[in-house]
Amino acid sequence: MGFYVLRRVIYALPIALSVTVVCFLLVHIAPGDPLNAVAPADAPVEVINALKVAYGFDQPLPVQYFRWLGRALAGDLGTSVATGRPVLAEVMTAVVNTILLAVFAAVLGFSLGAVLGGMAGYRHKGIVDRIATALSVIGVSVPHYWLGMVLTIIFSSKLNWLPAMGAGPGGSKEWLWDAEHLRYLVLPVTTLAVIPLGIVTRTIRALVADILSKDFVQALRAKGMSDRAVFLHVVKNVAPTALAVMGLQLGYLLGGSILVETVFAWPGSGFLLNTAIFQRDLPLLQGTILILCMIFVLLNLLVDIIQPAIDPRMRRS
Amino acid sequence: MSDILAQTTTVPALDLKPRSNNYWIGVLRRISRDRLTVICATVLLALILIALLAPWLIPADPYKTSMIRRLLPVGSPGHFLGTDELGRDMIARLAYGGRMSLLIGVMPVLIAFVIGSAVGIFAGFAGGRINMAIMRLLDVFYAFPSVLLAVAISGALGQGTTNSVLALTLIFIPQLTRIAESATTQVRTLEYVDAARMSGASSLTIIRVHILGNVLGPIFVYATGLVSVSMILASGLSFLGLGVKPPEPEWGLMLNTLRSAIYLNPLVAALPGAMIFITSMCFNLMADGIRSAMEVNE
Repeated sequence: MGFYVLRRVIYALPIALSVTVVCFLLVHIAPGDPLNAVAPADAPVEVINALKVAYGFDQPLPVQYFRWLGRALAGDLGTSVATGRPVLAEVMTAVVNTILLAVFAAVLGFSLGAVLGGMAGYRHKGIVDRIATALSVIGVSVPHYWLGMVLTIIFSSKLNWLPAMGAGPGGSKEWLWDAEHLRYLVLPVTTLAVIPLGIVTRTIRALVADILSKDFVQALRAKGMSDRAVFLHVVKNVAPTALAVMGLQLGYLLGGSILVETVFAWPGSGFLLNTAIFQRDLPLLQGTILILCMIFVLLNLLVDIIQPAIDPRMRRS
Repeated sequence: MSDILAQTTTVPALDLKPRSNNYWIGVLRRISRDRLTVICATVLLALILIALLAPWLIPADPYKTSMIRRLLPVGSPGHFLGTDELGRDMIARLAYGGRMSLLIGVMPVLIAFVIGSAVGIFAGFAGGRINMAIMRLLDVFYAFPSVLLAVAISGALGQGTTNSVLALTLIFIPQLTRIAESATTQVRTLEYVDAARMSGASSLTIIRVHILGNVLGPIFVYATGLVSVSMILASGLSFLGLGVKPPEPEWGLMLNTLRSAIYLNPLVAALPGAMIFITSMCFNLMADGIRSAMEVNE
């Protein structure tokens, strides 16, 4: 097991390194001189040249990359052009808010999807199966940014039950565990939960139906095993694959929440990314994407490690 | 919705029996019997026709603004679906908007289909180290949540239709390449390919005659499933302000500019999103229909 974990970690390293290369290059595919953000357009040539040296832009790209990587590893992601604050601090505050949103959405979407998918798999072609199938099609087809708007219209504008924007009363950005702040979570979390709901329902339904059709289930039933005991067998067989899908989905929620955060003005990483793009704040853009992708890589690694821990079959291979 | 892209990218074992023309006739026959698929195809066809024929079907001008006719509700005389925040007729905007939305939704999948198939078939056919190198390189893309990558690329490139199509194409290529590669690898080891090679057929002939016919099917099925995702993402990028530029009518962009109107005129504000939803759902259901029609073993 220890050896397996080590191998997984070693395998993840080149991936993580390539992610840093892509994040680095991202700024260099951006049109326009990166100096435009700091120097006025009519700055004299000497000033531009001096700035180039100061920022290291006179060096060849690989040199620039390794310098940037070295600083990034030491926790220095540069300074935001727009606010002048360190990028790392900006990103961290925002990422915590995004994780909050993503985790709540994941819990809601996964549990609902598991129950619905499980029931549908058990009662193939039944009424629950039809509802689950319809819901999973809607779940993957609905533009979630639009769903967010529709929910706002219904629950915020018409019924006036829930707040439509922000993370707390009075535009507060700091999260607190009280009823007032929880109210602000309801709409964005519900909207975001729809994304994994469809896929989790579909996956679990297929898995359960597949396992129930296996010969060993017939054998267990034939020897008189109770439904509850059979159910435990099903859970044990579904869990590893379901877990892998859910791990990926959680990662996608972290990256995919950008549209939902924009709709609800949620002060998370997606919102920050949006600001960075429109203010052409390239260091902030780069830093946000780097941190989010590293979390994603880490999450994938975690799934790879946990999967064989709960599925002995995978340990042997 | 990359999120949606999380559908597994493994290819099921192919049905590798030689396929006669009867196979495709069978596929068409099964599709025509599938009521839901036919309905979806009809709706999509209607949307495409309305978008294409908009100048002849719709009398109103989608660009003509009017200060005194702003945000008219649904059912107003002369403007059946109301007007937007600049007083432009919603029917015209929605019909003309379909042109751009459908185009930017379908284009990335189409381009990625061509490039992904070519690269994947090449990798699968070359095998060995070349295959390894190409596939490991593509693994890097899987380390990014795809919505994030699309936003990042089009954000770095700047606002514009071409840039957003480019960003989406880039996130679809690795997935389609993976499908093409794994299908090609399966076919390549079959005996009749060996037989063809021994009887002196060139690599190009083998690819054209024996590989394409077996491989394009699964890639096509996967690609049709991607169109719905692509529609949502393309309009999503416009919704963020990264894609189509105003005053061009496009459903995602319209949804964005109408956001401020959700308190005044919620029904009109929600219309463009409903169009994206309907289109994307029809593409999704049609893809399901095509898949099940193609995977039946005869």
